[in-house]
Amino acid sequence: MLAAQLGPLAASLFSLMAIASLLLAFVMLGSRWLTDYLIAFAVQSWLIACLSAAVGYYGHYPELYLIALLTALFRGMLLPYLILNIIKRQDVDREVHERLSPSACMVIGALLVLFAFVVSGHLGQSLGLTGTVAVLALTVMLSMKLIGFLMLVVRSEALSQILGLLVLENGIFLGSQILVPGMPLLIELVILFDLLVVVACFGVLIRYLLAHARTSSAHDLRRLVG
Amino acid sequence: MVGDLLAVILLAPLAAVLGCLLLHRPRFVEWLNLAAALAVFVAVLRLLPWALSGPYLFWHGYLIVDPLGAWVLLSVSSVYLLASIYAIGYMRSTGEDQRLYRFYALFAGFALTTLAGPLMNNIGVYWIAIELTTLVSTFLVCFELGRESVEAAWKYMVIVSAGISLALLGIVFYYWGGSLVLGDTYDLTWSALRQVAPRINPTIGLMAFLLVLIGFGTKVGLAPMHTWLPDAHSEGPAPVSAMLSGALLNTAMIGIARFIQVSDAAHLGSLPRAVVVTIGAFSLFVAALFITRQTGIKRLMAYSSVEHMGIMALGFGFGGPLGIAGALYHMLAHSLSKSLMFFGAGNAMHAFHSKHISDIRNALSRMPKSGLLWLAGAIAITGAPPFGLFPSELTILRAGVMGPHSWAALVMLILLIVIFVGFLNHFRAMYFGPSESVTLAATDALTTKPLGLWCLLPMWMALVPLLLLGLWWPQAFSRYFTVIAAQLASTGTSP
Repeated sequence: MLAAQLGPLAASLFSLMAIASLLLAFVMLGSRWLTDYLIAFAVQSWLIACLSAAVGYYGHYPELYLIALLTALFRGMLLPYLILNIIKRQDVDREVHERLSPSACMVIGALLVLFAFVVSGHLGQSLGLTGTVAVLALTVMLSMKLIGFLMLVVRSEALSQILGLLVLENGIFLGSQILVPGMPLLIELVILFDLLVVVACFGVLIRYLLAHARTSSAHDLRRLVG
Repeated sequence: MVGDLLAVILLAPLAAVLGCLLLHRPRFVEWLNLAAALAVFVAVLRLLPWALSGPYLFWHGYLIVDPLGAWVLLSVSSVYLLASIYAIGYMRSTGEDQRLYRFYALFAGFALTTLAGPLMNNIGVYWIAIELTTLVSTFLVCFELGRESVEAAWKYMVIVSAGISLALLGIVFYYWGGSLVLGDTYDLTWSALRQVAPRINPTIGLMAFLLVLIGFGTKVGLAPMHTWLPDAHSEGPAPVSAMLSGALLNTAMIGIARFIQVSDAAHLGSLPRAVVVTIGAFSLFVAALFITRQTGIKRLMAYSSVEHMGIMALGFGFGGPLGIAGALYHMLAHSLSKSLMFFGAGNAMHAFHSKHISDIRNALSRMPKSGLLWLAGAIAITGAPPFGLFPSELTILRAGVMGPHSWAALVMLILLIVIFVGFLNHFRAMYFGPSESVTLAATDALTTKPLGLWCLLPMWMALVPLLLLGLWWPQAFSRYFTVIAAQLASTGTSP
């Protein structure tokens, strides 16, 4: 287990990047502008790419350099570019129907992080990993997962929902880089590719939403009930 | 031999996708898809006896042919064949000839991903196959491009993608737990996970199991994660609904069955099975509530899918040779009967120009032939004899009564009766209820071209085997189920 045998420098570097990614998730929660979400997501992806490279360097996993490069390319550039295109095509640039104000979201987000911390502390304890980066990685992974779900619940703009899903994925990806750096390359590549396809499909679907349902907000999608 | 058959199963739909994309002629793409479906069905039939003699690995261990997977392939390929026949008649009546090649390309692609799912040996790749089924089928759900269908597609994609990301998290947890034992890099195949399971830290094992259960449970449509299902199943074209319900849900269900096996091997106590059983019973409960008060005809069928997935979850959750046999028999019988029901619903919507139960009255006079078949299907799907779902539900009940979760068997029995009454009450209204002359007069004015043999034949093809399955439980099936149950019950020590 890599996370348990890191030097202090590497451990603090990993922690810094993991915590910075978590903070960026809060930036998304605290804003109502779609471009803010997008920038936060892109920066988060770059951070994760750096994290992959750092794990590769300190843990001697040369294949992680490739993953880092592809993460930066796909998640850091291509996905934001695709999403930016979607934003340009629709006339909405901010969240219109707020179910919860950004500040309330941040408070709930903080509570979710607390919950994630308790869960991962418990898990770490049962594995004898207390105080290592592994616990932090678990906390960040679960927190980003929960924050992603929170965004899916409280945001109704189609694009915010896509970004919520991407935050979910980023959380898993970040956690898996630290917890299971040896995960077979093929799987990681396919998941990266899969993400690209997901975003492309969402792009087409948003176009359909705009053309046939004349809305880009899930707030107006309430015909099918019961 | 197995390898050749496997190649046919995967390459025939792929060829159909490519053919549809290259040649746009509507009559040609129909036949191409039908030919692919037929080839797949024949190949699966021939694969079944081979699969019995143990798991075969292909492609560096990424593909696996085992009895459980082959059984799911049987139900998937049956539905694919039936739906492909029905689609020819149904899609011609929608007058979408211009875009027909896209429909069939997506349809064959959907079949390809659904067929690939049960064959995946690496759990990560299995997850991706399931995710791909969502992506492809989304565009089939919104093929008609109405406001409702786009809404349904959106909800489908968002909810299922979010849910299935939980399964990915669970898989990462499994991998992490295994890597503490096996070292950093290894292939997370089903058998590797089963073997390492007893040595995985139980906290991680439990958490991972609950995550994959919720994740794949979303895709299966188990309550309370079922909310996408009624929308997606009711808004797609009828052949797509049949594929979603009869084929797709099964491929996600065997993931759950295999993870139950893993958590058995890990000796996590009774909690994992108790959770599966509770979710199954809750699905039945939710389905019973919505079936009795349903107003939409295809939504009625969709909630019936939630019900039957709940029954299957109960079967796998009860476990034992009896529970597994019941669940697998139920899988095949449900696939056949749900196809029949969606075809009937499609015909009724065509005849009455409405998808509301209240607009459909005197169904027999408007559609005498398919009306009778549909009524027989309604009796079959509620689990009444002499159709195939009766013996399977009875077997699952027996398994439940004998096991530690006998309360769930009781709940299941009561809810099945409620659903039986509620479901058939809608059919009573549609067939023999008093007709509200105003709406009928309005629809009478519309000239309806009757749907041809294409829409009738697959209904017969579903009903006849369903009747046979109800009258006679084949010995060969029992042998098959015994092998599957033995493989699912084998713990980490034996390969």
